[in-house]
Amino acid sequence: MNRIDVLENKSVYIIREAYKQFKKTALLWSIGKDSTCLLWLCRKAFFGHIPFPVMHIDTTYKFPEMYAFRDKWAKEWGLKLLVAKNEEAIKKGVSYETHDAFTCCDELKTKALKQAITKYGFQAMFVGIRRDEHGIRAKERYFSPRNIDFKWDYKNQPAEMWDQFKSQTEEDEHLRVHPLLHWTEVDIWEYHKREKIPVNELYFAKDGKRYRSLGCMPITKPIESQADDIDKIIKEIRESKTAERAGRSQDKEKAYTMQKLRSLGYM
Amino acid sequence: MVEKTEKENMNIVIVGHVDHGKSTLIGRLLYDTKSLPDGVYEEVKQVSEELGKDVEFAYLLDALEEEREQNVTIDTTQIFFKTKKRDYTIIDAPGHKEFLKNMITGASLAETAILIVDADEGVQEQTTRHAYILSMLGLKQVIVVMNKMDLVEYSEARYKKVSKDVTDFLQKLDVKPAYIIPISAMQGDNVANISTNMDWYKDITVLQALDEFKVLIVTESKQMRLPVQDVYKFDSKRITVGRVESGRINTGDEVHFLPSNKKTIIKSIEMWNVAERKTAEAGECIGITTKDPLFVERGEMMCTGDIPTPVDTIKASIFWMAKRPIKVNEPVQLKCATQKVECVIQEIERKIDSSTLNILETDKDQLKETEVGSVILKLKSPVVVEIGVPELSRFVLAEDDYILAGGIVKE
Repeated sequence: MNRIDVLENKSVYIIREAYKQFKKTALLWSIGKDSTCLLWLCRKAFFGHIPFPVMHIDTTYKFPEMYAFRDKWAKEWGLKLLVAKNEEAIKKGVSYETHDAFTCCDELKTKALKQAITKYGFQAMFVGIRRDEHGIRAKERYFSPRNIDFKWDYKNQPAEMWDQFKSQTEEDEHLRVHPLLHWTEVDIWEYHKREKIPVNELYFAKDGKRYRSLGCMPITKPIESQADDIDKIIKEIRESKTAERAGRSQDKEKAYTMQKLRSLGYM
Repeated sequence: MVEKTEKENMNIVIVGHVDHGKSTLIGRLLYDTKSLPDGVYEEVKQVSEELGKDVEFAYLLDALEEEREQNVTIDTTQIFFKTKKRDYTIIDAPGHKEFLKNMITGASLAETAILIVDADEGVQEQTTRHAYILSMLGLKQVIVVMNKMDLVEYSEARYKKVSKDVTDFLQKLDVKPAYIIPISAMQGDNVANISTNMDWYKDITVLQALDEFKVLIVTESKQMRLPVQDVYKFDSKRITVGRVESGRINTGDEVHFLPSNKKTIIKSIEMWNVAERKTAEAGECIGITTKDPLFVERGEMMCTGDIPTPVDTIKASIFWMAKRPIKVNEPVQLKCATQKVECVIQEIERKIDSSTLNILETDKDQLKETEVGSVILKLKSPVVVEIGVPELSRFVLAEDDYILAGGIVKE
């Protein structure tokens, strides 16, 4: 087995472990490359069928290309797609034009997710985060409990070893399951290439710019790039010394915004 | 043309007593291999200045504000660097006793370990305990780095003295370090570059030593073992899924399930989005269909080759990591691969303190946090354990799925 095989098998094992324990579960699909990769791994784990819903938390600020990608492949792959929005906040006028990025993320993403979890009664959510993305994410576990307020007690996390996970939830608790934790950004692209997973056109360079990471339109900036196919993207990342999420402004505003966001339940 | 990108990857863990310089070593490795993202070194420099300190490499990985304030690494983080030979993932593990389960979580993911010892302070409580954990986890590729040589004036005599202490206790644990390297992570001696401050040391740098290790290769075995993980019904097919933990499975093989003693023949190997497979090897997560209808549940062991006998009594060495102690005859769960069964510690034959390795003679009917016991476990129903198959020779003890102890099957 090569490196990608090892990564894939580990993820599939975790996905199956989680599904064994939790039937009321969903995959959080942000329409970005990581969660699309996770979605693909779920199809691997369940032989092409995903036996739970795929949920998109829609802030209403995503790129048109993302909505198009979502609708096209959800149909093609026969996904049970759920789209969740914080309607109340949208009605109240929470928007990037009038509010700061922190508030928008919290209201339109985190709160929307909370509402959806309550509404559907999910016990576990599959989330496509990776340890190499950001310092704070390095502290995550494969199975990570969150309490009713989404609080993440990172100092007191259950131990994980030898593929034994804490896969029961207490009352008022849900689990985040992170099957991609051990993947790197390059791995994600290598896997897209090997498996021929569809790639959103926004990731490919056009007029000298491409998006390395996709988020809400007003706060996501493209990077200078000539990479217009996967091979070139892989080469570019291998040689790059800039952080992957440099174009995502919520990470930059203050050094610890991400920590704050995550302790509040942000993905 | 794009160059070949597939490179070998190795996971390493850095362990040792608190303040012996793990984070500084990691920072140094990143800096010397030019693996830092742009701007990070500058940020660290600025933070260090704000706190009124010299540039502190340790801050490179302490992502949390409170860690910077308290100067301890709370949890396992993962950091990447590369040499010409391969890509490395460093799993940093906290030194504080309080964060022991985080340290074990990190170390269990590693193939290679660096045990760091302060040249000035020498072997301390967590040095021994962490070394014990490395031995429990079965890590064979270990180097010792003796850090802060600058604080002992790069003294050869000091190096020799501490080396002897280290070698002595590692011997008791059956851990054989490939090298004991004198370094200063702060000053950069012998990490990526050979030091000019220690003429008496002519051996190898940390990076060279790491590059000498091998990425672990799964050995071929005739004994196929697949613990059943789950059973799915898709497209009117009943698919039994699991990971091959040892050996190789082929269509047409006659397989034996334990402990139910059911037998059948493999009709197909199921995987999605791959060319048809007639065979699968250790490490692969697969599905199978069988010739005869098969009704088995999670926890059954699918076997070919020599058929093992399930056992309900296990002799094992366990490391108790929970805050609360456990008494003889107190029920807990035993989890080994996908097998899960209630058990009790029937007898504690011997227990030792993992920080001193001394035999403990008090409270012999219970194990407390960080104590290691040679125990006899009595299981409510039999399971398959096998020395020689890693996944089947180690287990955890748990309560409501919280891991309380790690264990190694001895007999």
